Amino acid sequence: MKNFSIVRNWKIFFAISIIGLMIGYGSMIFRGFNLGIDFTGGSIMDLKFEKAVQVAQVREVLSQHNLGSAVIQLESNDSAATESQGVLIRTPVIADNDRTKVMQDMEKSLGKFDIRRVENVGATIGGELIQQAAIAIFLSWVLMVLYITIRFQLNFALAAIIALIIDVSVTLSWFSLLQLEIDSTFVAALLTVVGYSVNGTIVIFDRIRENLKVHRRTETVTDMIDNSIKSTLTRTIYTTITTLFAIVAIFLFGGETIHNFSFAMLVGCCSGAYTSILLAGTIWLFLQHKKAGE
Amino acid sequence: MRWNELGKFLIVALAIVGGFCMYIRPLASSVKQGLDLQGGTHVVLQAVDTPQLKVNDDALDRATHIIERRVNALGLTEPVVQRQGRDRIIVELPGVKDPEKAINMLGKTAMLEFKDPNNKTVLTGTDLKDAKAIVGNGNQPLVSMEFSDEGGQKFADVTARNVGKRIAITLDGEVLTAPVVQEAITGGRAQITGNRSMEEAQHLAILLRSGSLPVKLEIIENRTVGPTLGQDSKEASQKAFLIGVAGVFVFMILFYRLSGIVADIALLLYTMLLLLVMRYLNATLTLPGMAGIILSIGMAVDANVLIFERFKEEIRAGKTLRKAMDNGFGRALVTILDSNITTLMACAVLFYLGTGPIKGFAVTLSIGVVLSMFSAVTVTKFLLKFLIDANFTKSPTAFGISAPKTGEVAK
Repeated sequence: MKNFSIVRNWKIFFAISIIGLMIGYGSMIFRGFNLGIDFTGGSIMDLKFEKAVQVAQVREVLSQHNLGSAVIQLESNDSAATESQGVLIRTPVIADNDRTKVMQDMEKSLGKFDIRRVENVGATIGGELIQQAAIAIFLSWVLMVLYITIRFQLNFALAAIIALIIDVSVTLSWFSLLQLEIDSTFVAALLTVVGYSVNGTIVIFDRIRENLKVHRRTETVTDMIDNSIKSTLTRTIYTTITTLFAIVAIFLFGGETIHNFSFAMLVGCCSGAYTSILLAGTIWLFLQHKKAGE
Repeated sequence: MRWNELGKFLIVALAIVGGFCMYIRPLASSVKQGLDLQGGTHVVLQAVDTPQLKVNDDALDRATHIIERRVNALGLTEPVVQRQGRDRIIVELPGVKDPEKAINMLGKTAMLEFKDPNNKTVLTGTDLKDAKAIVGNGNQPLVSMEFSDEGGQKFADVTARNVGKRIAITLDGEVLTAPVVQEAITGGRAQITGNRSMEEAQHLAILLRSGSLPVKLEIIENRTVGPTLGQDSKEASQKAFLIGVAGVFVFMILFYRLSGIVADIALLLYTMLLLLVMRYLNATLTLPGMAGIILSIGMAVDANVLIFERFKEEIRAGKTLRKAMDNGFGRALVTILDSNITTLMACAVLFYLGTGPIKGFAVTLSIGVVLSMFSAVTVTKFLLKFLIDANFTKSPTAFGISAPKTGEVAK
């Protein structure tokens, strides 16, 4: 392992990334995303009835309000259960007044319930959110390029941005492949991934920058990059592990509500480690118009 | 062994650990909690144009004040009524017991309209000066309305034109009463009859008085978290916090031994400082914010890992513990700054463009990043210095470093 060159074996790592990205982009094009009500508009009612109810009973009430197409999920650990106290109802966009009427009818025919959660989002909000998210992500890229160009140089900035676009793409790919619901917190998770990815890449670039100053003629640039990656490798692995401890804890124990949020960070964090260690240095080398081995 | 320095280390370390054990719970609960943790309702009201009422700046300002008055009547602790942009009002009702009723009350625009026989609106709530519930003839509850001067004039004209015809008084499009006009009414007063009870009349009067909204408001977003789910989320995130932090702590001790313990102590202080700063900035702790704290602990270690790895390299290069520590801190500092500033930038973008819980996440994470740099760089350095100066041990192994291959540890 000591003499293994990450840069000289760039073809392997690039191939893995490109195949992964092609699958991901394919999925994004053909399967698309499972956009939550934050983006599409719609209503979620998470109710806990005093007496267990059946899906058919709930649907009957909804049908009276032309909401027969609503998705009704029973909250139960037993997937074969036919009735449950906890019911999750998803409907297309409805006015809040209508939603209130539905809930009143529900109480009349199915008995009292506790509101665990209600989310009702109008259709207009969604479009704004997508726009805002796109602006946010793009703005973060511009800021990073500027900062890294000032502190390092343009090619470092470009390499870091390519690495982080891969990380963002990988995260998006998983959400498309698994059809996980994307809500507004997903944008926050993505931006955290952006920050984290650049953070890891910068630590390695910082070492390359330092080694450039004391760079000896006998050492090729390729070896110098490899050495820089290796001398920061322990740090990258340790930091990834401790960050993963935190993310996995949130993922497993943080509750249903932030499950997808933490999954996005989990994927992004792993991808961030991969691109920082295995791709970023090589991308910089190529941007410098040099070949692996030079 | 120098007991003096060791004593200093132990005092500081014990003070931090003790402080953490004693104050972390009260401190955590003193930070303002978001609706997703304590339960409550978040409503976004959108002003919409109607043929009579156009949305404008002034109207929305007045509408915001009116909503504020209604919300205050609910008697909640720290509700929020805030204007957003050109045509929106955000309302947050923490810990509201009956969210549906509360939302219903906000939704009631209490838009009063007088309609002539052609169903044309001739007067609106903006022409009102006052409204009172009174007991009329035959013990009948009435709402007595007083018009403004201009409104009174308009009312006089309309009634003069429509003697013998019906004028309907409607609230939010619903006909309250539709009396036949007997004669032109010039006194600037009118009455709404047909209330079922005195309470209903009073309620109507309050709505009319405090609030015939100058614009029509529609609820375009409503997010309600019931108290049970809030409690569940809070407990779940506390559990995630404990487990995540425990994992990080054990990892640091296993891999960095004494340095790891020092880093862990600094982390305890960091967590307390984070909560303290959030409390004094009156920042809101949300569920994603909680995730941000846990994440920031995972990342806070990064600064320490960077320093300790440099520290190791210096030791391997044959430096003394003391010299290696100084160099390690010095050389890692630039890296720490560069790498953390990028995270801060992402946070700034989130804060600028995000709303609600996401803003909370950005605030928490950025405070976390700044404080973690502070704690990792200064606190760890001081503690480590005491420990090394105490001459407690000279073995690099105690700091998680395998001894240099030459077998020589230079003094």
